[in-house]
Amino acid sequence: MDQAGLRKLEAQCVQEEPPSCTAECPLHVDARTFCTLMNEGNWSKAWGILTRTLPLPGVLSRLCHGPCMDACLRSKKGGAINLPALERFCAVQVTKPVRSIPMPAKGKRVCVLGGGLAGLSAASDLVRKGIKVVLHSSKPGLELAEADSSPLPSGILESELERLAKLGVDFQPAINVSRAECESLLEEFDAVVIDRTEQDIAPLNLDEPDAVTLGTSLPGLFIAGVEGEPIFQAASGRKAALSSERFMQGASMVAGRDREGSYESLLHTNLDGVAPVDPVAVPEDGYDVEQAKAEAGRCIHCECLECVKHCEYLEQFGSYPKVYARQIYNNQTIVMGTRMANSLINSCTLCGLCETLCPGDFSMEDLCLHARRDLVEQGHMPQSAHEFALRDMNFANGPDCSLARSAPGTKASTHLFFPGCQLTASRPDAVRSVYDHLRHNIPGMGIMLRCCGAPAEWSGQVSEYDRAISELRSQWESLGQPEIVCACPTCQGMIRSALPGASVSSLWQVLQDTGLPESAKNVGMELTVHDPCTARHEPELRQQARTMLESVGAQLNEVEMSGELTECCGFGGLLAEANPKLGSDVAKRRADALSGEVVTYCAMCRDMLSKGGARISHVLDILFPDAAVGDMAARPVPGYSRRRENRAHLREELLRDLWQEPGAPPKPYDELAVSFSDAALSVMEERRILESDVRKTLLHSRDTGQRLVHKETGRLRATYRPVAVTYWVEFEEKDGEYFVHNAWCHRMRVAGGAA
Amino acid sequence: MSVIRVPEADAGGWSCDRCGEELKPTPVNLEYMDSRFTVELPFCAKCGIALISEELAMGKMLEVEKLLEDK
Repeated sequence: MDQAGLRKLEAQCVQEEPPSCTAECPLHVDARTFCTLMNEGNWSKAWGILTRTLPLPGVLSRLCHGPCMDACLRSKKGGAINLPALERFCAVQVTKPVRSIPMPAKGKRVCVLGGGLAGLSAASDLVRKGIKVVLHSSKPGLELAEADSSPLPSGILESELERLAKLGVDFQPAINVSRAECESLLEEFDAVVIDRTEQDIAPLNLDEPDAVTLGTSLPGLFIAGVEGEPIFQAASGRKAALSSERFMQGASMVAGRDREGSYESLLHTNLDGVAPVDPVAVPEDGYDVEQAKAEAGRCIHCECLECVKHCEYLEQFGSYPKVYARQIYNNQTIVMGTRMANSLINSCTLCGLCETLCPGDFSMEDLCLHARRDLVEQGHMPQSAHEFALRDMNFANGPDCSLARSAPGTKASTHLFFPGCQLTASRPDAVRSVYDHLRHNIPGMGIMLRCCGAPAEWSGQVSEYDRAISELRSQWESLGQPEIVCACPTCQGMIRSALPGASVSSLWQVLQDTGLPESAKNVGMELTVHDPCTARHEPELRQQARTMLESVGAQLNEVEMSGELTECCGFGGLLAEANPKLGSDVAKRRADALSGEVVTYCAMCRDMLSKGGARISHVLDILFPDAAVGDMAARPVPGYSRRRENRAHLREELLRDLWQEPGAPPKPYDELAVSFSDAALSVMEERRILESDVRKTLLHSRDTGQRLVHKETGRLRATYRPVAVTYWVEFEEKDGEYFVHNAWCHRMRVAGGAA
Repeated sequence: MSVIRVPEADAGGWSCDRCGEELKPTPVNLEYMDSRFTVELPFCAKCGIALISEELAMGKMLEVEKLLEDK
C-alpha cells in the first residue's frame, strides 16, 4: 500500500466525517460535542466550543437561527435539536469574557471597509491569526448597534467590539472610496475586504464577486456581505478573510474550498433502535438548567461505527477502520523500531462482516490479509502468530493424515468426498459414516483427507498456500477430476477459487439429492441456525443447509445477525491462534447471541462456539449422531492433540477397513507409556503443546539420559527442541512409565554457557 | 555484554540427574530473532544443560520473545 492507496482506503471509512449539523452550519459549529457538554451541564466548556468556531460568539450565539436543524437526524426521531435555544442558554450562563489570544503577528495588514457582521467577522478572523486590521465603519455592528431596535441585549455588541479592539482591530470612521482610492488602498494594505452591507461598491465599477473566493477583477480585493440571516453574513466575512489569507500567502485561491460553506456530510448514522423523543419546548425567557440538559441530551451523537458495533476485534482495539488503516500503513513502512500494529493485523478474523455493513465498503479483511502477506514477504511476520496452525496444516497434509483414493474396487472417481481437516479432527466417526453412506448411493465416490490450505492463505503464506493447493490439485487430477463434495464451507470456498475448473458442491445438497440417512428423519428439534462466516457470500449454500435440516424435521429459528450478516466464531483468519484471548472473547460474544439449541454446518464454528458456551451441534451431529456420546450438543471439544490423533486414526481405519492395508508402524515416541495429570493437559492445550511434543521430549531424555531431578520431591524435568520451540516436561517415572505433571515451552534458544 | 540476572533463575532444588552435579548460576547465551543475551541461569557445568523454569519461560522470556518479534 502506498500513500495514495492509504488515502483512498481512509476515504472509504466515514466515521471521521462531521455530523450533518456541523456540515450544514455555514460556520461549522461542532454541535455534537456542544450537546454532549451541555447535557453534562459543563457550560464553560460548551461555550468554548462556540467561541472556537464563531467569529463573534456573544453576538452570533444569540442571533443564530439554527440552519443545522434542517439537517439534524433527530428530526426523524421526535424533532431536531433546538440548537439556537441551547446556544442562547449557554451564552447567558457564561459571564466571563471570551479570551482570545492572537497568533504571533505575521507582518500583514488588511483593510476592512464596512462594519456589518461580515466585516466584523472578517476582522475577527484575521486579527486572531495575527494579521493587523484597520476597519472603517460609521457604526460597527450597524443595526445591531441601534439602541432601540437591536435584537441583542445591551452591552453584548459593545463587549465584542471592545474585545476586537483589544486584539488589535483599529476602528476608524467610514470612508467612501472610488476605484482609484481602492487601488491605492490595495497598495497600502496586503488585502482589502469590503462589507457591502455598509460600503457602497457601485462607484468601484466591478463585476459581481466570484462565488467561491469573493474575489474581484482587482487582485486582493474581496467583497463580502449578504442580505439575510446573521450566520450567513458572518460566513461571508469568514470567506473573505480566508481568501485574503490565501492571497497574502500566494496560495491557490480555489483549491480545497468545497467544504467552506454548507455541504452534505458523508457520515452514515444508523437510526434503527433510536427511540423518538419530543423536543423540549422553549419557554418565553429560554430554557432553565434542566430543560437545557434534557434538550441537549436528545442529541443522537451521530456516528457510523456500523462495523465496530458488530465486531469484538474492531471494538477491542479501541478505534475504527480509518485509524487502523493508518496504523497498518505505518506498521508496513517503518524502517527501525517496534511494529506496533502486528497484533492488529493478525487479529482480524477476515470474516468480511465489516465490508458488508460499511456504507463505503471498507474491508478490514483485504487490508489485514495484504498486510500479513507483506509481513511474510519482508520476513517480519512474528513467528509465534501462525506457526502452530501451519504445523497443524502440514500435519493434516502429511503422510500421517492425508489420503486421496477412489472408492475401494474402483479405478477412478466420479465424485470426491472432501470432509475437511477440522471435521475430521472433531468428528472422525461422522466422516466415516458419511463416507459409507455416500458410497452406498454414489459408488464412484472417492475420498480426500487433507487441509484445503486455508491456514496458509489466512496467515499470508503465499508460497505455502501454493504448495498445499498444487498438491491438492494433482491428487484431484489423479483421481480423474471428480466432482468435489465439501462438508466445510471454508474448504468449499477455497477449493472453488483454487480449482476453477472443478465442479464443487456442498455435502448438504448431495445428501438432499441422493438420500438422507433413515436414522435422521423426523428429528423434530427446534434449532437456531448459526451461519459460518465463510458462507456469508454463499446464499445457495446457506439455503442448502437449511433445506436439508428442514427435510429431516428440524424447525429453524434465525437470529438477527445471520445469513450475509453472520458473525464469526473467532477461528476465522486464525484469530484464535494469533490472539487466543480475543479469539475466546469473540466466540463467547457470538455464543451469547445464539439462544437455545444451536446448529451450524462448520466443524470449527461448532467447536469454537461450544467452547464459548453455546449448546451447539454440527449438522452431522444430527444426521449421524454418536450413540456413545448421547447429548451431541454438549459433546466435549477435542483438544489439539486429540484432533491430530483423530485425523491419523481415521486414515488408518479407512485404509484397514476399506482397502485392507496395514497402517504405518507406530513411531518410537508413541510406544512410551505416558499419562498426564488433568492440570498438565489443560496447560498444554493453552500453551499449544501437543502430547507428541511431550512424548518426543521424554524419548529424547530417555535416549540421552539428560534430565534434572528435584532433591526433595524426586520429580524429573526433561527438555528438547525438535525444531523452533524448546519444550520442558516435568514428570515422574516408574518402571518405564511416565506420569506428566506439567509442561512449558519457549522459542528463545539456549546457545550454551558463556563462561 | 552485561549479564542479566533474573529472580526466576533459581535452581530451586534441581540438579543434573545424569551428571550428579549441582546446577550453578552461570552466564548462558540465549538467542532469538538475531538478538543475543547473556542471562545467569542454573547450569550443569559438565553436560551444559541450563534450567529454564516455567516462571521464566512463560513470563519474562515470553514477553521478550514478543517484543523481538515485533522489532
